[in-house]
Amino acid sequence: MRARSLIPLGIFATLVALLWAGLYLNPHEVPSPLIDKPAPEFTLPQLQDPARNIGSKDLLGKVTLLNVWASWCVACREEHPLLVALAKTGQVDVYGLNYKDTRQDALRWLDGLGNPYVVSAFDEQGNVGIDYGVYGVPETYVIDRAGIIRYKMIGPLTEDNLKNIVLPLVRKLQE
Amino acid sequence: MKTVIAVGLMLCGALSWAAAPAPQDEQMEARYRALTSELRCLVCQNESISDSHADLAKDLRNQVRAMMEAGKMDKEITDYLVARYGDFVLFRPRLKGLTAALWFGPFVLTGLGVLLLIYYVLRRRKGMSDAPLSGGEQDRLRSVLRGAEGENKG
Repeated sequence: MRARSLIPLGIFATLVALLWAGLYLNPHEVPSPLIDKPAPEFTLPQLQDPARNIGSKDLLGKVTLLNVWASWCVACREEHPLLVALAKTGQVDVYGLNYKDTRQDALRWLDGLGNPYVVSAFDEQGNVGIDYGVYGVPETYVIDRAGIIRYKMIGPLTEDNLKNIVLPLVRKLQE
Repeated sequence: MKTVIAVGLMLCGALSWAAAPAPQDEQMEARYRALTSELRCLVCQNESISDSHADLAKDLRNQVRAMMEAGKMDKEITDYLVARYGDFVLFRPRLKGLTAALWFGPFVLTGLGVLLLIYYVLRRRKGMSDAPLSGGEQDRLRSVLRGAEGENKG
């Protein structure tokens, strides 16, 4: 009889636990259906040299980060120093997808804040962004040697998630 | 004379047909509106891409329109978006293993609640019996009543 009177308490505790956990979820992080799928193919002009192209094929054969950024994006400015520092260590090649930007603004941005990217693709219309399911810049994709997307970071990279999630994954994929 | 009238009528018919908005366009427009209001804008998550002013919603509206003009079916267009943004773009997620809980959960919970209610009500009714009290119970009842009376007086 006594155990039975604990049932409502149990239900209440479960509800509280679920709602509590819900407080810490970010509703803007929608899981990408592209994880473990081939990165969508693209060919775009390079940001710094419009005469030359950069495409998804150029990313094959090595583990890469594809960072979606724009000069109008405030959170990109926040994560940028981290990317610059990461590029300096040479642990992984970082490619940029400059999303719905103007060439002039983007170039000025790189001049002022440093350029961590091997190459940035210039996606003026945002069509490649749609193919990659981009909806909130910045976003960062971890792509393995075979061109499969292994992880997607929505929102700015932080020291914490770079150290604990992204880089360990990169090292594992590089093995 | 009859031929003249006939030709005139035919011309009128043709003209009026040309002047009215092509029904095909109207149909297309309605389809476009229905489709875009079923798709969630991922930037401002409770708005459809039909209502949202977000840049992404504008791009996706253009994409939907372009695909419709290319003769794509509704299913092909929603598949295209689900492949990129996941089930979350659909306000009415598709029924599959992962979303079954969403679709059936409320009904299952309601059913469980009703079953529990029936169970408790039946059990309570069973507990109330009309059988006369046994000798011992009569005695106890009397003594309890007497005690209560005494208390009231005191």
